[in-house]
Amino acid sequence: MAQASEIVPGFDRRTAEALANRQLKIAIDRTAGTARAKRAAIVGEWPDFAVARAHGKAIKDHVVAHLGHYLAEFERNAVASGAVVHFARTADEAATIVVGICEAAGAKRVTRSKSMLGEEIGLPHALEAAGIERTETDLAEHIVQLAGERPSHIIWPAMHKTREEIHELFKAGHAAPDLGETPVEMAASARRILREKFHAADVGISGANFLIADSGSVAVVTNEGNAELTTTLPPVHIVTAGIEKLVPSAGHALQMLRLLVRSATGAAMTQYTTFHTGPKRAGDADGPREFHIVLVDNGRTRMLAEEGGLRDMLRCIRCGACMNHCPVFNQIGGHAYGGTYPGPMGAVLTPALDGLSMQTRDLAHACTLNGRCREVCPVDIPLPTLLRGWRTKSWREGLEPVTMRSGLSLWRSLATHPLAYRLGVAAASLALRLMAGRSRRIRRLPLVGGAWTRHRDMPAPSGSTFLNSAAARARAPGRGKGEIR
Amino acid sequence: MRPDDGAPAAAAEGPGEGLEVALFVTCLVNVMRPQIAESAIDLLEAAGCHVVVPLEQTCCGQPALNAGDAEDAKAMARHQIAVLEPFAHVVVPSGSCTATIAHDYVALFADDPVWGPRARALASRIHEVLSFLVDVLGFTPPPVRLPATATYHDTCSGLRELGIRAQPRQLLKSVEGLELVPLPDADVCCGFGGTFCIKYPAIADAVVTEKTAAIRSTGADILLGGDLGCLMNMAGKLKRQGSTVRTYHTVEVLAGRGALPGLGEER
Ligand code: SF4
Repeated sequence: MAQASEIVPGFDRRTAEALANRQLKIAIDRTAGTARAKRAAIVGEWPDFAVARAHGKAIKDHVVAHLGHYLAEFERNAVASGAVVHFARTADEAATIVVGICEAAGAKRVTRSKSMLGEEIGLPHALEAAGIERTETDLAEHIVQLAGERPSHIIWPAMHKTREEIHELFKAGHAAPDLGETPVEMAASARRILREKFHAADVGISGANFLIADSGSVAVVTNEGNAELTTTLPPVHIVTAGIEKLVPSAGHALQMLRLLVRSATGAAMTQYTTFHTGPKRAGDADGPREFHIVLVDNGRTRMLAEEGGLRDMLRCIRCGACMNHCPVFNQIGGHAYGGTYPGPMGAVLTPALDGLSMQTRDLAHACTLNGRCREVCPVDIPLPTLLRGWRTKSWREGLEPVTMRSGLSLWRSLATHPLAYRLGVAAASLALRLMAGRSRRIRRLPLVGGAWTRHRDMPAPSGSTFLNSAAARARAPGRGKGEIR
Repeated sequence: MRPDDGAPAAAAEGPGEGLEVALFVTCLVNVMRPQIAESAIDLLEAAGCHVVVPLEQTCCGQPALNAGDAEDAKAMARHQIAVLEPFAHVVVPSGSCTATIAHDYVALFADDPVWGPRARALASRIHEVLSFLVDVLGFTPPPVRLPATATYHDTCSGLRELGIRAQPRQLLKSVEGLELVPLPDADVCCGFGGTFCIKYPAIADAVVTEKTAAIRSTGADILLGGDLGCLMNMAGKLKRQGSTVRTYHTVEVLAGRGALPGLGEER
């Protein structure tokens, strides 16, 4: 895959850099904190949230189970409405198709509205390589483009940037050294720059939130209205969408949309919800002359078939709630994950898209399995279970460290021999107590334990082990409580 | 759910009268804080239960399971199933070990014709201790006195995999003089995560630092929770920060051991 799979430097380096960046933490806390509070408020007021969630899950499961049927239906209806439908098996294939359409249209300039799938297929890179000028029209994507970075969150791509940093970027990028630093002034400046680009664009490229099978329509939601200008002004509109975006009808899309918006931003509805059906017809006020839909597989049918429950991941509606509520994401931010998608959903998806390797194995491990992501996921994806599935696969494929392997096999032989276990852990208890001395806590442990005591004390065992004392009691009954058997 | 199958209606001596209950101690409690097991036994006996400690018990296998090592996890799981299945009730002073046995064993042996049914049978008989006292026995512990303010952290496995939230708070009402102050973000992970905190120490430290800041913001004297790994993580950080907050498993306080030294404190 194109640039989306470049996972350098290693995970440890990336997290260390993220943790050292206090600006990043401030920026994350502001955005994710607000998102959590607003989501909690709106879900709290939604008496049938659990019902809607179960319903949303059922809709997605149904579509995934009948993917072939809905793909065919969507294609039939989209073609009937005048759209051109393309299928791409891989990321590269998808990017090549998009660039090909642009070239056939003689396009020099394209506008893009926010699309994580575009990132997944490496579209920014592919357009650049073809010498086509790309303008990101979503405000946050515009910031990311000016900074020469990649999105750090699937809903707020520029979540990692503080207002002060954005101000500096705009002053330079907009050639406006006197730009004021209020959000209103900054947004106005971006609007001025982008307006020219909207009018000059030869092709507009968008993603899709839903593909409506029974009408062949594409639904796109935004809060800024930039998608509408991206998709209606240029003569050619290209949609890139993962095949898991299918829903049977517009009614189903609206049900999913309620879950999506409330989980993502805590708002009741997005500002703009647009359904695109075919190109401009005779008599239409506006709209593109050509309307292309590029349906992308890129590993999705493989997830459908694969063991380990990855099929559940195809329910994902990209709301970002899992990352907003992830204790790890909230410390390291999105870039540290190194893939297109960050947070819990990214940790599940990245190995599925890029392959499980020494570069991606960390993602499944850098998780406490606390389960809050699953709790807030609007389609009940068992993210911790899926992450553990990757750990199991990584173990089977021999990617796990040899120290862990020998450690666990030793632990297993102790744990299946009760006497050895009892005596072994009693010896460990004694060693820890000796190390602690009278203070009852250890400030520095040797070997792997050093990773613990680098940051915190280790409380010492409060006495000899329970089972050893119990065994002693069994030999001299009558003292203590509980029957020892 | 109550009265439990086979349990006689609340006898004078307690709702657990006549019930035989096995205690699964868990590795961390066994090694690091045996008084948690003793406290659990005290409470169960106060409820009238006959408590048995099977000496052959070892580790539930969670470290292997979470490392992705399914084969070693299964070996440990088979051992615990064989040791624990003779008992009508098995009680565990840890949410995460309970969840491993109740949920993960079933998944591990889902397609196993021999161990699958045995895992499912054990899963239906295993209980986290506080949930057992409240949900199964409907027990109110004998009052103890502890004049202090405490705050309660909902450890993740107990909260999300077993639905333990109300039970500890309800039981703690029986402690006279104890004022429970709410912990901000009590349901947010403390960053322990088993081997996670050893594999990614810097991330874990950032998470636990936020947690201890929340704990200290409450002004409470005591931190309570239901999983010793998480408690060691938070207590270790509090001690490193020089905090005087004392940390206990909830059962210790309920059983009247709340004035003894907390985790990592001198006798
Ligand atoms: S996994 Fe669930 S919570 Fe996360 S982005 Fe997807 S739908 Fe939203």
